[in-house]
Amino acid sequence: MTQWIDIGSVDDLQADSGVCALVENTQVAIFYMPKENAVYAVNNYDPFSKVQVLSRGLIGDIKGVPMVASPIYKQHFNLETGECFEDETVCIDTYAVRIENGRVEVSLAE
Amino acid sequence: MSNKQILVVIGNGMVGQNFLTSLMVSSLKETYEVITFCEESQVAYDRVHLTEFFSGKTAQDLSLVEEDFFEDNNITIHIGDKAVAIDRARKLVTSEKGITIAYDKIVLATGSYPFVPPIPGHKREQCLVYRTIEDLEEITALAKKSKVGAVIGGGLLGLEAAKALKDLGLKTHIVQFAPRLMAVQMDEGGGAMLEKKIEDLGISVHTSKNTKNISEGETCFHKMSFADGGELEADIILFSAGIRPRDELASSSGLALGARGGIQINNQCLTSDPDIFAIGECAIWNGAIFGLVAPGYAMARTVVNVLEGGDAEFTGADMSTKLKLMGVDVASIGDAHARTKDALIYTYQNGADEVYKRLVVSADKKQLLGAVLVGDASGYGTLLQYCLNSIELPENPDSLILPSRSDESVGLGVDALPNSAQICSCHDVTKGKICSAVESGCITIEALKGETKAATGCGGCSALLKSVLNSELEKSGIEVNTDICEHFAHTRQDLYNLVMIEEIKTFDELLEHHGQGRGCEICRQAVGSILASYWNEYVLEKNHLSLQDTNDTFLANMQKDGTYSVVPRMAGGEVTPDGLIAVGQIAKKYQLYTKITGGQRVDLFGARVDQLPPIWKELIDAGFESGHAYGKSLRTVKSCVGSTWCRFGVDDSVGLAVELENRYKGLRAPHKIKFGVSGCTRECAEAQGKDIGIIATEGGWNLYVCGNGGMKPRHADLFATNLDKETLIKYIDRVLIFYVRTAERLQRTSVWMENMEGGLDYLKSVVIEDKLNLSTSLESQMQHVIDTYRCEWKTTIASEEKLKRFRHFINSDKTDENIVFVEERGQIRPADEDERQHFKLVEEA
Repeated sequence: MTQWIDIGSVDDLQADSGVCALVENTQVAIFYMPKENAVYAVNNYDPFSKVQVLSRGLIGDIKGVPMVASPIYKQHFNLETGECFEDETVCIDTYAVRIENGRVEVSLAE
Repeated sequence: MSNKQILVVIGNGMVGQNFLTSLMVSSLKETYEVITFCEESQVAYDRVHLTEFFSGKTAQDLSLVEEDFFEDNNITIHIGDKAVAIDRARKLVTSEKGITIAYDKIVLATGSYPFVPPIPGHKREQCLVYRTIEDLEEITALAKKSKVGAVIGGGLLGLEAAKALKDLGLKTHIVQFAPRLMAVQMDEGGGAMLEKKIEDLGISVHTSKNTKNISEGETCFHKMSFADGGELEADIILFSAGIRPRDELASSSGLALGARGGIQINNQCLTSDPDIFAIGECAIWNGAIFGLVAPGYAMARTVVNVLEGGDAEFTGADMSTKLKLMGVDVASIGDAHARTKDALIYTYQNGADEVYKRLVVSADKKQLLGAVLVGDASGYGTLLQYCLNSIELPENPDSLILPSRSDESVGLGVDALPNSAQICSCHDVTKGKICSAVESGCITIEALKGETKAATGCGGCSALLKSVLNSELEKSGIEVNTDICEHFAHTRQDLYNLVMIEEIKTFDELLEHHGQGRGCEICRQAVGSILASYWNEYVLEKNHLSLQDTNDTFLANMQKDGTYSVVPRMAGGEVTPDGLIAVGQIAKKYQLYTKITGGQRVDLFGARVDQLPPIWKELIDAGFESGHAYGKSLRTVKSCVGSTWCRFGVDDSVGLAVELENRYKGLRAPHKIKFGVSGCTRECAEAQGKDIGIIATEGGWNLYVCGNGGMKPRHADLFATNLDKETLIKYIDRVLIFYVRTAERLQRTSVWMENMEGGLDYLKSVVIEDKLNLSTSLESQMQHVIDTYRCEWKTTIASEEKLKRFRHFINSDKTDENIVFVEERGQIRPADEDERQHFKLVEEA
C-alpha cells in the first residue's frame, strides 16, 4: 500500500513551473503541467552543482519526454525516470505524486 | 637484380626534391629504381625562406627532406657529386667522381645560378652572391669585419639580400640598374612607393645606376663606379642580378637549348630527347624561364603524370607574387604593366599611409588583368582569384582597391569561385578538391590540411581555405540549423516578428499557433524575453512566470550555492551617503557579502530565496529600485565624474549617464546591455568597450556602438559625431530597438554587428538615414517600454500572491539546511563541500 503524504493544495503549485516541498526531511521538487494535467516529483538536489535547486529550473520536453533543466549548469533530467540527458551515469530520484480532491500527495516509497 | 627501370634525377634542389616526393606517392614507385645526384653538400632545402637562416634557422630547419626519406624509399643519393656527362646514344650518365649509370629515363632539375654581370672587378674578394647556405655563412663571417654593404640588383631577391645585410648591422645600399625596384613586378607608381618605404627603413636605394667598375676603395674595401660618374664605397658587394639556367650538362649532351640558354621543353616537360625531362629553373618553356618555385612544382607534377601515362601538360604558370619584405607588403598580379591592348588602369595612392594600389582591367571593365599592391596587400587573395578565374568584376572595379571606410566588405564570396579555382598554389589544391574533402568528412581546418595539403606550404591561402570550409559546411551535410530549438522551426527574429504582427501576448498562444511540444528552457527564455521587450508586462505575471530563466524567475542572481545576490540600481554609479549607509545597514542585518561591481554599484551576496522580499522591502524604503542585474536587459551606464568635478572634463558625463540609465532601465533585450559615458576623450568610463558608448567632445557627443569587454573584447565602432543630446537619444533608441528586434537569442551587440550584412554602414543607413522607414516605429516602441517601466521588486512585494513563491518549501517555514557559510576576510562566503560535511557532522553530534 502506497503511503501518500499530503503536502498542500494544488493552488500552492506553480503552473508550468516548480516548487519545493519538505517531505520527511527530503527536499522534493514538484512540477505541474496543468494543460496535460500532469504532475511530477523528483529529488530537489542537483547532483552537478550539489545544491538543492532543481525546483527552480525551467521545464518542458525534449522530443516529447518531460524534463527539467537545472538552473545552475543547465543539465536536463527526465521527469519520469530521473535520468540525465547529458550523462547517462547520473540519475536523480523520482517519486510518485498525485492530485486528489485538490490536494497534492507525494509518496517517497518505491 | 630487380627488373625495375632506372630513373636518374639530376639535381636535388627544391624542385628535384618535390619531384621525388611526388614520385614516391605515385604508382611509379614500383616501376623505377631511382638514383639522384646532389651537387651541394646539403640535400634539398627551402631556398625561398633562406633569409630565415639569419634569424636563427639552421640548415636542418630549412631542410625539405624528411629524415630517412632516401633510405625509406630506396633512393640512391650521391651527395656532393654531380653528373657531368650524358651519353644519350648508349644511355649512360657519368658523374664527376666517376660513377657511371645506365639509365632508362632522366629528369634534369639542375636549377639555376645567380647571374654576375661581367663588370671589371667582379671577381674581387668580398664580392659574393646570395644563393646557397654556404653563401650565407660566408656573408655572416664577412659582415663581422665590415661596415657597409651593397647589393647590386633591386629585384625580389636583391631586396631579400639587402634585408640580410641590414640585419647583420651593415649600412646598406641597393644599386639598381633599372629605374625602379622590382622592375618586373612593379609599375612606376608602385616602384616609387616601394622605394620610399625601403628608404624609410634606413636602406639607401640608388636606381638607374649602371655599375661600370669595381676597384679598391678609399674608406671601404671596394669602390663602385657608375656610368653617370657617381661612386659608392662598400665592404661587401652582393650580386643579385637575376638567374641563369644551369644548362651546361644539357648543352654538352646535345639537347636543344633556348636562344638565350635554358633547356628547351614541351608541354610534357620533355626535352629534345624523349627519355629526358627537364623541370624547374633550368628549363625554358615557350621562351620563358620560371624563377619561382610554384611553376617548378607544377612541372614536377606534370612529369610524374606523363610517366604514369597520363595526359597532363604544363601550360605556363601564374607569376603573381606576394611577399612581405622588411615588413613592407608587396604584391604583383598578372599584367601589372598593362601591356594588354586597350587595358584600363585604376590607381589609388595614399601618401599618408604609404599605400599604393593599381588595377589593370580589360577594356570592357569586366576582367581583371593585373594588379600592383604596395603597403597593403590584404586584397591579394581576392584579386588573384578574379584574375585567375576570369570572374566578372563588380560594376565599379575601383571598389576593390579603394579603402573601405567601415566594415563594408568588398571581398569576393568563395561561392563565386569555380571548382577549378586554385586555392593553394604551393600544392595545387583546387576549390573542388577541398569541397570533396569536406564532403568526405574533413570538417576542420586541421583535417583539411592533412587530407589535401592545402595551406601547408607558404600558408598564404589559410584564410581562403577557411572561407571555403565555412561556406561548404553551411551549404552541405553539416546543417547549419537556425531553428531556435525543437519546439519552434523559427529563428528568434522570426518569433519576434510573429509576436509583433499577430500581436501575440503569451507563450502558450505562440506555441499553439507556431510551435509544438511543451517548450524547453531555450524557447521559453527567448520568448519570455521577446514578450518582455515588446509588451513590457510584468515578468512574474502568471502567463510569463514559467518563461523566466534562473535569475529572472526570482528577480535576483543565483550563485553557485543556490543563494542569490541583490543589486539595487545606482544610476550612473551615483549614490548618496545615506544611500550607501542604508545599503550597508541592510547588508549587515542580513549578513550579506558586499562587493563593488564593474558597473559601479554594490552587489550583496548570500541571500536565501526567502530573504529576498524583506531585503527588497528595506531597499525600496531607503529609496532604491531594482538594478535589473538579473535580466538580459540594460544593466548599467558607467561614467566618469565629468565636467562637474574633473579639471579636464568637457561635458557632464554623470548627468547624461543618470538620464540614460533611467531612460532605458528595464529594457529587456536578447542579452545584457551596458553603456559608458566619458566626459572627455581621456575615456575614463571605457565607453568604447560598451554596447553603447558616448564620449563628450568640444563639438558635442560622439556615439560608439557595439563594443564589448568580457570574453571576446570588441572595440566599439564610431557611429556618429558631434551630436546634441536630442539626436543622441534618438539614435540610441533606434539602435537598441533594432538590436532587440533582429539579434539572435543571447547575442550581444558586438556579435550582432559582426554578423550583420552590410555592417556598420547598414546600421547607419537604417538608424541615421532611415532607409527602412522604421524610425517612427523604433522610437515609439522604445517610448512604450519607457512609459510602462516599473520596478519589478516594488510590484512583487506589493503582491501577497507573488510573495508566496519566495519560500524554500511550500509546506514548511524551514530553510535550506544545505546552505552553509564560512568567514573569509571579514565576510561570509559559501562553504565548500568539505566544510559543509564538517558542519553536518558537528550539527548531528
